[in-house]
Amino acid sequence: METQGKIFTKINPDVMRDFFKKKSKKMVNKVTTVGKVVSEMIHDKDYIAIGGFGSIRIPTAVLHEIVRQGKKNLGFSGHTSTHDCEILAAGKCINRCDISYVIGLEALGIPKMTRKYFENEVEFTEWTNATISWRFKAAAMGLSFLPVRTMLGTDTGKYSAVKEITCPFTGKKLFAVPALYPDVAVIHVHEADIYGNSHIKGIIVSDTDLAKASKRLIITTEKIVPAEFFRNNPENTTIPFYLVDAVIEVPYGSYPGNMPYEYFLDVEHLRAWLNAEKDPETYKEFIEKNIYNCKNFNEYLNLNGGLEKMRKLRNIEYLIDKEN
Amino acid sequence: MEEYNSMEIMISVASRFLEDGASISVGTGGPCAAAMLAQKLYSPNLLIIFEAGGIAPLLRSMPISVGDSRTMYKAIQTTSMPEIMESLQRGVVDYCFLGGAQIDMYGNLNSTMIGTDYQHPKVRFPGSGGANDFGSLAWRTLIMTPQSSRRFVPKVDFITTPGYLTGPGAREEAGLPPGTGPYKVITNLAVLGYDEETRRMRIESIHPGITVEEVQKNTGFELIVKGKVPVTEPPTKEELKILREEVDPLRLIIGRKAE
Repeated sequence: METQGKIFTKINPDVMRDFFKKKSKKMVNKVTTVGKVVSEMIHDKDYIAIGGFGSIRIPTAVLHEIVRQGKKNLGFSGHTSTHDCEILAAGKCINRCDISYVIGLEALGIPKMTRKYFENEVEFTEWTNATISWRFKAAAMGLSFLPVRTMLGTDTGKYSAVKEITCPFTGKKLFAVPALYPDVAVIHVHEADIYGNSHIKGIIVSDTDLAKASKRLIITTEKIVPAEFFRNNPENTTIPFYLVDAVIEVPYGSYPGNMPYEYFLDVEHLRAWLNAEKDPETYKEFIEKNIYNCKNFNEYLNLNGGLEKMRKLRNIEYLIDKEN
Repeated sequence: MEEYNSMEIMISVASRFLEDGASISVGTGGPCAAAMLAQKLYSPNLLIIFEAGGIAPLLRSMPISVGDSRTMYKAIQTTSMPEIMESLQRGVVDYCFLGGAQIDMYGNLNSTMIGTDYQHPKVRFPGSGGANDFGSLAWRTLIMTPQSSRRFVPKVDFITTPGYLTGPGAREEAGLPPGTGPYKVITNLAVLGYDEETRRMRIESIHPGITVEEVQKNTGFELIVKGKVPVTEPPTKEELKILREEVDPLRLIIGRKAE
């Protein structure tokens, strides 16, 4: 089967070996700021991947800053990208996208302006959640592809960039999915130390593979903890320091997304955003107010209820309202 | 007979297909409600998994995202998306539960786009997400969707998720794992299955008060009808009580219109 999708990133594993050979493995202080990291580590035309799951454990502060700094022509991995995709669409930051799931907020609905933007201004290649996961995994393994048994026989396969191969052992038909090595990944975590050692609670989604696959890795964390947190309990290390380039402490940093075991989604705010997307003028005002007119993430958080809101979202997270 | 709405009959009927001890990967909405109802009423050992990594949570309230905290509430394990997808590929998952904007007579599903030009769709939808993986790798694909001729079309604009593709043998020919494929389609009008010989959709039962003609009128292709079509057993008192009081007390799903 001839497939029609483009591969937006380089897949030569020897080029990547050279890159990872040169990448510093020193355990040094990597703490920085959101403004600095976005201006220095995220460039126009870069291919970017976001950790978490669209509205779960997302690095909102960095996403807003990408929009504020007006980054353009980014490639993007739409690996169930819901609110993260919605934010980048607000700044028209993306021009190409590997899609498994974008422009939808799952059970909440479809953001209309984001959809219009994708329909008209973004070039895309089709994938699925499994195949984007496995593309990251292929990269994490230092390979150029992995064989898979999904997408066969469908238009999803046809409009992807897979190649049909035959298993050399069983003779079975398979698809080879190309490795995906992003230029930069941004992952929000529960705890990190100043060196970048990071701890994620709950589901990992694809983040351990993504951390290994990316050339540069930015970590935002709910809190910075002493290195002993990892030294005393090495099983706490979900992502080790030598993969990480920058660490930024952003309390409540996944808001309005969900941070498992900390706070739930701000459904009200996400609905207000969805509603604003129904009308171009309202949308413009909403984005001005919530992104461009906020100097930083903290201003955005305070604008939408601040600590009092976070207390409520924590109660919802723990189902405290439901207890007898 | 109890009063019930379309969502309630779809969820109740769907829950009866999930036998005790089976494994299922579910999304949000109606399918999740059906799995929750099945677990509370028919299948206490139903293994529920979520594609973002949540395994066997105690579902106390309805998830909004297949990765939100509800999918890991008191879970047995919180793992990763590749881990779940690899379980599907390994043959561990019996059922998956899907929807879509369009479906054809072979159960092929479209959740990607409307139009003919891929790069310039008339309407773009979110895309496969995990749907193609589920439909390719789970043993049995269940579909829950409202029935109309706009949705049940002769040809889907885009095959996001494989049904029986072009008919008998096509899945195997494409390289998909043998023994997998569409199983039932549960709509607001009927329960549909698939003919073993032709792999085409057939009517298995019609809901109380609905005629075969109505079902056919709301379908954009010819459904197979064999003999006298039985009437679906309506939601029982117990199903409705648990659905309304325990599964969806806020009526987030059952309060929706099935359209």
